[in-house]
Amino acid sequence: MRSFYAIYRKEMGHYFVSPIAYVFIGLFLALNAFVFTIILNGAIQRSFEIEMQSMRYGMPPEIDVPSEVMRSFLSWLPFFILFLTPILSMGLYSEERKRGTIELLMTSPITESQIVLGKFFSVLTLFAIAVLPTASYLVFMYFRSEPRPPWGMLLAGYAGVLLFGGALLALGTFISSLTENQIIAAVLAFVASFMIWILDAGSRASGAVGEVLSYLSVIHHYEDFTRGVVDTSSVIYYVSFIFLFVFLTIRSVDSMRWRRA
Amino acid sequence: MIEVQDLTKAYGSVTAVDHVSFTVNKGEILGFLGPNGAGKTTTMRILTGFMPATSGTARIGGFDVFNDSIQVRRRIGYLPEVPPLYPDMSVGAYLDFVARIKDVPSEKRADRVADALKKANIEDKRTELIKRLSRGYKQRVGLAQALVHDPDVIILDEPTVGLDPKQIIEVRNLIKGLAGTHTIILSTHILPEVSATCDRVVIINKGKIAAVDTPQNLTTQLKGGQRIRIEAQAPEKPLQQLLAQVPGASRVDVEPARASGHVAATIEVAPGKDIRSEIAAKIVAAGWALFELRGVSMSLEEIFLQLTTDDADHAQKAN
Repeated sequence: MRSFYAIYRKEMGHYFVSPIAYVFIGLFLALNAFVFTIILNGAIQRSFEIEMQSMRYGMPPEIDVPSEVMRSFLSWLPFFILFLTPILSMGLYSEERKRGTIELLMTSPITESQIVLGKFFSVLTLFAIAVLPTASYLVFMYFRSEPRPPWGMLLAGYAGVLLFGGALLALGTFISSLTENQIIAAVLAFVASFMIWILDAGSRASGAVGEVLSYLSVIHHYEDFTRGVVDTSSVIYYVSFIFLFVFLTIRSVDSMRWRRA
Repeated sequence: MIEVQDLTKAYGSVTAVDHVSFTVNKGEILGFLGPNGAGKTTTMRILTGFMPATSGTARIGGFDVFNDSIQVRRRIGYLPEVPPLYPDMSVGAYLDFVARIKDVPSEKRADRVADALKKANIEDKRTELIKRLSRGYKQRVGLAQALVHDPDVIILDEPTVGLDPKQIIEVRNLIKGLAGTHTIILSTHILPEVSATCDRVVIINKGKIAAVDTPQNLTTQLKGGQRIRIEAQAPEKPLQQLLAQVPGASRVDVEPARASGHVAATIEVAPGKDIRSEIAAKIVAAGWALFELRGVSMSLEEIFLQLTTDDADHAQKAN
């Protein structure tokens, strides 16, 4: 536990002395803020139109603006996360390999699992630090809306964001352990994440194949969360995904001992 | 303290370390000497638990480096060829991190870090970022890192590489100061280093051990024996012929001595013979002036070259 914490602590310190984390988190938040205002303005516009129509035809307005904004925004987040996670995870192992510090870690009395888990949770924490401020937009809107949307929707949405991001980070850290070059790690992580994402397009294929492909897609399980639904099968999907790639990373780090360095 | 038995490491068809066996006693400094690519780093990496051997065993403090790897790693400090540093950390934070992953109890950590800083003589660099340090200081931070958990065994891969002469002497003195309480293995391809610091030397070439002995024994007693160097005022050819006739002289090289304008000759002598008086008498009898006559023992460099090139010759013959 102490060694796990030592690794975790070192990684957290490392993120915030280098400008990379600040720059990308800042960019991520700026883009999200921009998208949020577009979504919000669009929703307000449409609500006016609907209100006008209802005045003309006497029908009650059938739009729940806050929920719709929340759902649209939560559906947008993964697109930016897809670009953010490869950058957060790229250097985790590739830099250690390049600098030779992996030799220090692997000749210290700590296990591969402690190294890998310490690093994974540190990057997950960093991800949470990047993503959670976006919840403030929704929280502000929440207190200004009438009627207020259910809290559960916000919580479920961000649970989904963390699980989705965790899955991509697990994949990205695994890829980082395969190369000494962090740019290659970032590009490969992005490509791999994108491929697993677009498996969802397989749902258009017929029958069982389409269903399997769509089940494997990393984005498919996210949609429930944006509607405020926490589906156990989706949680299981993400948790297994994370477990699989954390396990593969442990194996990969272990295999560095057997490779010629 | 360290027992290595028939250690072999093969990378595919290349055998980097070939049935290497040696032991190191507690408190001893063992020098690992060999040309680049001889298998020094590989052997050290196996000892530190970084990579497993293909066959053979190595035990440190009674623990097998593969089966009880964590126990072994707790007892060793290791400085790889490139110091494993995090450039964005300060020296103090880095050593604190290393102390944490080396299982130093939290109440002792601050003391251990201070002690390592002191031993490596970098107390004034504690708050400095590692990336701002010079090569020599980085090397010392690397050394401090290997000492921070006060390990029984310290393994140093080319600890003086890239240092200036003053720093080299400091590092050597530091290493010598650690002997006795710590068992040390250091590798180098610089020969004076072993005679300056080590109690015993393992000469390794192409993955095989070529010799194990004290630096003194290697220098005086092994192969080749004595040489005699003379400087005389004499014609080259006749001098060469004269010297070659002296019984016991196996090879004579004659060349003009640059500085004085005399002629210098180097005579290799069969071991166990002293023919200096015969040479002196012959030269004087020939009517030449003798300016210098001294016995030269072979330098470690020459022994090393002889051992490593002999091996190459054998290998060629075998092929």
